[in-house]
Amino acid sequence: MTALPEKTDRKLGLVIDLDTCVGCHACVISCKGWNTENHGAPLSDLDAYGADPEGTFLNRIHSFEVTRDDAPPMVVHFPKSCLHCDDAPCVTVCPTGASYKRTEDGIVLVNEEACIGCGLCAWACPYGAREMDGAEKVMKKCTLCVDRIYNEALPEEDREPACVRTCPAGARHFGDLGDPDSDVSQLVAARGGVDLMPEQGTKPVNKYLPPRPRDRLTATPPPPLKSPPQSADTPQASGFLGWLDRALERL
Amino acid sequence: MHPAPSLILFTVLSGLGFGLLVWLGLGLRAPTGVAGFVLFGLGYGLAGAGLLASGFHLGHPERALLAFTQWRTSWLSREAVLACAALLVMAPHAAGAVFFATPLPVLGWLGAVLALATIFATAMIYTQIRAVPRWHHWSTPPVFLFAGLAGGALLAGLPTLALVLMLTLGAAMATHWLMGDGRFAQAGSSTGSATQLGGPGQVRLLEPPHTGRNYLLREMVHVVGRKHAHKLRLIALGLGAALPVALLLLPTGHVVIGLALIAHVTGIAAQRWLFFAEAEHVVGLYYGQR
Repeated sequence: MTALPEKTDRKLGLVIDLDTCVGCHACVISCKGWNTENHGAPLSDLDAYGADPEGTFLNRIHSFEVTRDDAPPMVVHFPKSCLHCDDAPCVTVCPTGASYKRTEDGIVLVNEEACIGCGLCAWACPYGAREMDGAEKVMKKCTLCVDRIYNEALPEEDREPACVRTCPAGARHFGDLGDPDSDVSQLVAARGGVDLMPEQGTKPVNKYLPPRPRDRLTATPPPPLKSPPQSADTPQASGFLGWLDRALERL
Repeated sequence: MHPAPSLILFTVLSGLGFGLLVWLGLGLRAPTGVAGFVLFGLGYGLAGAGLLASGFHLGHPERALLAFTQWRTSWLSREAVLACAALLVMAPHAAGAVFFATPLPVLGWLGAVLALATIFATAMIYTQIRAVPRWHHWSTPPVFLFAGLAGGALLAGLPTLALVLMLTLGAAMATHWLMGDGRFAQAGSSTGSATQLGGPGQVRLLEPPHTGRNYLLREMVHVVGRKHAHKLRLIALGLGAALPVALLLLPTGHVVIGLALIAHVTGIAAQRWLFFAEAEHVVGLYYGQR
């Protein structure tokens, strides 16, 4: 049934630090790589070498500019993937039961065998976290790398989502947000982590850490540069060339 | 939202078919024999054609039977279940009327209720979507319900009823448009709320995540269709409701009803196009578009 569980035992999710993210897109690529080569239908690319290339991605980085009245504008790189919402609207709209939220860890998944590709779940998601695969015609979404995090065939340090594992800036954190003592919960509490679009009532599990204030210009700006005296730069010609120069000047 | 022809065809045709079945089931028009065959056939044909058209929208139509399983939570599943229930329950009533000149009123009434519930479920598929503020409002279901009932009354040859319903439909469409225009602002979603970066200042998209198109932009950030919104509203209101009303005020006959029907269906198709094209999904905020 596509009813949401009353309560999940754990709330696995991501904490994304907007202060640290440098917008390198490494998480986008590692996500695409892992989820194409492993569990589920591959993430296809269409017209990859043609005029209108496009593809299916589970994680994308938007870059925003925040213009401030009393300070220079701020560029914020903004990774966005499924937020594994507690009140996930994408799950309840599914007519076939393909979309579901797991009771044990709160991960929202799609059973691709049961997906009819109607696209209603993607419409229901306010965040654009679901994309219909152009080749397989089934709904794709972030699985929180469910085939990595419990995978005992992998070394322990690799048992976290591919995006978290690969982030060179340490801007992505993975853990149980239902446990107030977990590292991620502590981080959210310390940095004032926020929900995206709280007015949509989705109760997202993933949290975003807002950027710290930067680049406050408190010192008075230096005086504008004076243009250097012209005569010092131009060497004065003498003799015939000097006469020619003065003659041409007079013309 | 992308105005997919399969969805426009589905909602217009199945609404019309189930609307007709409501009146045939209630016995407001009780045709028998050949007339019965034609009218019930039309109702079943339109409803069935609409459902088939919706199948073309699916990525995997071969798994469509699974869509009957989640009626406890999903309006799309409820719509599928109600549509089949309406057609099945109505069948003995239709067969009785057509072949034995003996309608079965109890099954007819039950079928009519189910047919009406089907149109309501179709409307709720869109109304439930909070991420599309224009749809997520009480003014959406009346448009679908009165469009189906008014068109059905025209098809059933009930001119007086059709006249009243056409006027109601006009009011329902106008209400939906006028209230819908303020819905996005009321929902309170903005680039600031979407990114939670609105605190320090004004937020705007600097670089999109990809240079090409993607599924989200094609499906949910369809801005092209809105260009002629004002003209399309006038066409929808004029052809969908006003012209049928004017024609129905004339002495009625097959020609008048036929013309009114053509105008009405054209107008409702325009209304449906606009219903999708004008609807703005909040995901557009992440792309600096609406």
